Amino acid sequence: MNSSLKTPLGRVRGLGSAKSGTQHFWLQRLTGVAMVPLTVAFVLTLIYLARASQATAIATLGSPLIAILFYLFIITGIIHMRAGMQVIIEDYVHDDALKIAAVMANTFFALLMGAACIFALLKLNFGI
Amino acid sequence: MADPKVPAERPKIFDSNGFDSRPLSPHLQIYRWPITMTMSILHRVTGAALYMGTLLLAWWLLAAATSSQAFGWVQWFIGTPIGLLILFGYTWALMHHMLGGIRHFIWDLGHGLGPGDRDRLARANLIGSIILTLLIWILGYWALGGTN
Repeated sequence: MNSSLKTPLGRVRGLGSAKSGTQHFWLQRLTGVAMVPLTVAFVLTLIYLARASQATAIATLGSPLIAILFYLFIITGIIHMRAGMQVIIEDYVHDDALKIAAVMANTFFALLMGAACIFALLKLNFGI
Repeated sequence: MADPKVPAERPKIFDSNGFDSRPLSPHLQIYRWPITMTMSILHRVTGAALYMGTLLLAWWLLAAATSSQAFGWVQWFIGTPIGLLILFGYTWALMHHMLGGIRHFIWDLGHGLGPGDRDRLARANLIGSIILTLLIWILGYWALGGTN
């Protein structure tokens, strides 16, 4: 017998006391699946550019297919690594203030790295 | 005289509260360390290493976007013994974490969770990551010897 006045659907929508569901887990899997082919493309490009000059690197990273895959690799990778590091922090940092600070720092670092890589790619693709 | 058909009751050890204090399960120290535990730790460690590795990727991309001199410095650093070691470690971490991720997808789909399967998957993960790393370095370091 259901003692709550809420319907089962209402309870699921409210997501209980945790106020969150499987979004984090799912984000990790979604980006993880995407990272497999993107990593293969990334590694093959870097093999090709192993001893390249700057001119070759710019020309290669400027070809549409490789450029698009690099943008996707960076954006997906940044989201994936931020989610992963957050789980590590939540597992090992037990002090609340420190945990919140570490989770925030994690986001800042991820965004900084993402911005740096995307800026570099935009500059070498379109800049002077 | 004891009846052989009736099993002898095992001796009880009582603690100060009167409870039977016989250990109910083996303690952590006497477990055989399973390879899946090592692989779980390695998945996390390689993930964290790749996290820091984005610094190297950002430096490389920024240098490529800046000048041939800046790009030359990164390429020089990567060519030093420490740079090569970092890049080799990054390659292995990337391959290990990618294969580890695929292992997790197999588990998510409900396969490979049995005692034999999970150990085989763990070993395949480790061996596969080493083979892929060596293959990448044979291609990138030795096969493409010259500059392009």
